[in-house]
Amino acid sequence: MLRYIASRLLVLVPTVLGIVLLAFFLVRQLHGDAVEARSGERGITAEQLAERRHALGLDRPLYEQFGAYLGQLMQGDLGKSYVTQRPVIDEFLELFPATIELSIVAMIFAVVIGLPAGILAALTRGSVLDHGVMGAALAGYSMPIFWWAILLIVLFSNILGLTPVSGRLDVLYYIEPTTGFMLIDTLLSDEPESFWSALRHLILPSVVLGTIPLAVIARMTRSAMLEVLGEDYIRTARAKGLSPFRVVWVHALRNALIPVITVIGLQVGTLLAGAVLTETIFSWPGVGKWLIDAIGRRDFPAVQGGILLIAVTIIAVNLAVDLLYGLINPRIRHQK
Amino acid sequence: MALLEISDLSVRFGQFRAVSGVDMTVDAGEIVGVVGESGSGKSVTSLAVMGLITEPGKVSAGAMRFDGRDLLAMPARERRRLLGRDIAMIFQEPMTSLNPSYTVGFQIEEVLAVHGAGNRRQRRERAVELLELVGIPDAGRRLSAYPHQLSGGMNQRVMIAMSVALDPRLLIADEPTTALDVTIQAQILRLLVELQRRKGMGLVFITHDLGVLAEIADRVIVMYAGEVVETAATADLFTTPRHPYTAALLDALPDRALATAAADGRRGRLPAIPGIVPGPFDRPAGCLLQPRCRFADDRCVTEHPMLHPLHPGAARCHRPLGADGLPAGEIGRVA
Repeated sequence: MLRYIASRLLVLVPTVLGIVLLAFFLVRQLHGDAVEARSGERGITAEQLAERRHALGLDRPLYEQFGAYLGQLMQGDLGKSYVTQRPVIDEFLELFPATIELSIVAMIFAVVIGLPAGILAALTRGSVLDHGVMGAALAGYSMPIFWWAILLIVLFSNILGLTPVSGRLDVLYYIEPTTGFMLIDTLLSDEPESFWSALRHLILPSVVLGTIPLAVIARMTRSAMLEVLGEDYIRTARAKGLSPFRVVWVHALRNALIPVITVIGLQVGTLLAGAVLTETIFSWPGVGKWLIDAIGRRDFPAVQGGILLIAVTIIAVNLAVDLLYGLINPRIRHQK
Repeated sequence: MALLEISDLSVRFGQFRAVSGVDMTVDAGEIVGVVGESGSGKSVTSLAVMGLITEPGKVSAGAMRFDGRDLLAMPARERRRLLGRDIAMIFQEPMTSLNPSYTVGFQIEEVLAVHGAGNRRQRRERAVELLELVGIPDAGRRLSAYPHQLSGGMNQRVMIAMSVALDPRLLIADEPTTALDVTIQAQILRLLVELQRRKGMGLVFITHDLGVLAEIADRVIVMYAGEVVETAATADLFTTPRHPYTAALLDALPDRALATAAADGRRGRLPAIPGIVPGPFDRPAGCLLQPRCRFADDRCVTEHPMLHPLHPGAARCHRPLGADGLPAGEIGRVA
């Protein structure tokens, strides 16, 4: 097992190197740099421009800049933001909990609705319910996130007034960050009623972010379930006199979950990519919005560092999912 | 009173009648062999008895009684309580008939637990006992094995252990040895018959191997294209088959074919029945065997035969065979 993990980690090295390379050069394909972006419309003199570029090292040849950046990375240093002058890692870690919180809640929403919906559709195959669920899943998967977000905001925030439009918490509250997870921090604070405010702020962004994973999970669960329900061992289970409930939830689901878990793992990437849009729409102070802002400011170290850290997160989650397989699928466990 | 009593059982899948007008009785302690080609309705009949026919299949029957209790009128929950406890079934493919995600111990103990037998510790002890009963060495440790870690023969033993866990009164074995190596087949067969004798179970043994039935069955039911075409005590069926289809099946047994050929003083080719079993949508009018039957006459082409009692046995034929293997006379011809 340890050898397996080690070999998987070793394979990561070229992947990470590739990501660093891509992030570094892609961000430099954008027009302009941090200095121009900051000087604004008032303009600065050519000397000032050259001086500031020199201070940031932007006047050096690209390969030199890249070498310097790699050297920095080797020492575990992601550099400092051009804009705030704070270490990129600090900024990232400060904002990352907000993104994780949103992603986790979105994923819970997707799994809690998607899994039963897929199972139900499979069990009532060909019925109105089945077509309804699959139609909704197709719609959910095809809808542009921003458009869906706007629809929800118009309905639930503007017309019904049920949910806030943006942010993580009402301005009435000030919560000192302890864990960075607002749901937990509010409960730890001396204003526990602010928990409800945090929760209400989470609803719309999580629904928006969770919609695509939800659709994918529902469809995958349905097809995996249909396949498993036709297996011989399901007939055996029924021949043992087990209740239909037990046949589905004990005998079928465990086997159907194997492909579904793969898909859930893959959706983590979708989720973090979707977070960029969702956070921007809902002014959610997470790394997605931060990354977009950093691109706008041509804050190269922030963009590169952010992309790298998000990529590493996705890779780590996929590795965890692979290890999780063994837990539900004994056939894989014994191969290693 | 018979243990299992079925009359006029039909199973339809849409327009297709997979099984039609099947009558069957099984007594306690009796081995009834059901034989027929693939698609003759053997398995569908047994699944219908178990209540395991799922949509779009439709089961109908004149009567279907187990131990005098009407299976058709019974609420689903009550019928489920019979399954695994009073009526058990073993399937053809041992490698796929056990759930790959659970240990064999879990799967054996589950049937005990669901039918409320003993506490956790007692169930574990019983599971060990059962694995020993079916001849699995090192039973205590095998309980934590997964099906993929065992051979096909071992898995079939596990299936058998699971099916006899609660001492059922009726066991249906659907081609339990077909997927196994020949040497293992004999072992599994011996095990099944031994268990049947010891526990006095009724056993329905489904197979396409008449040779096996000659050794173990008390009575044989021959099925063709979803119908019972002949039923008789095993000895009678093998000496004087009354239906041309049964006779043709017997002729195709290698041992018999060789003996016949030797008696005629020639080197024989294995005789085969010409043609194929009719599919769902090309069933002939009249007798279903008629296009393949060498004795068919014009009545066979137009009139569907009933299952005529012939003392002994019964055959679905207008011109049942006599002891000489030729049609002995016509039954109930309406002039």
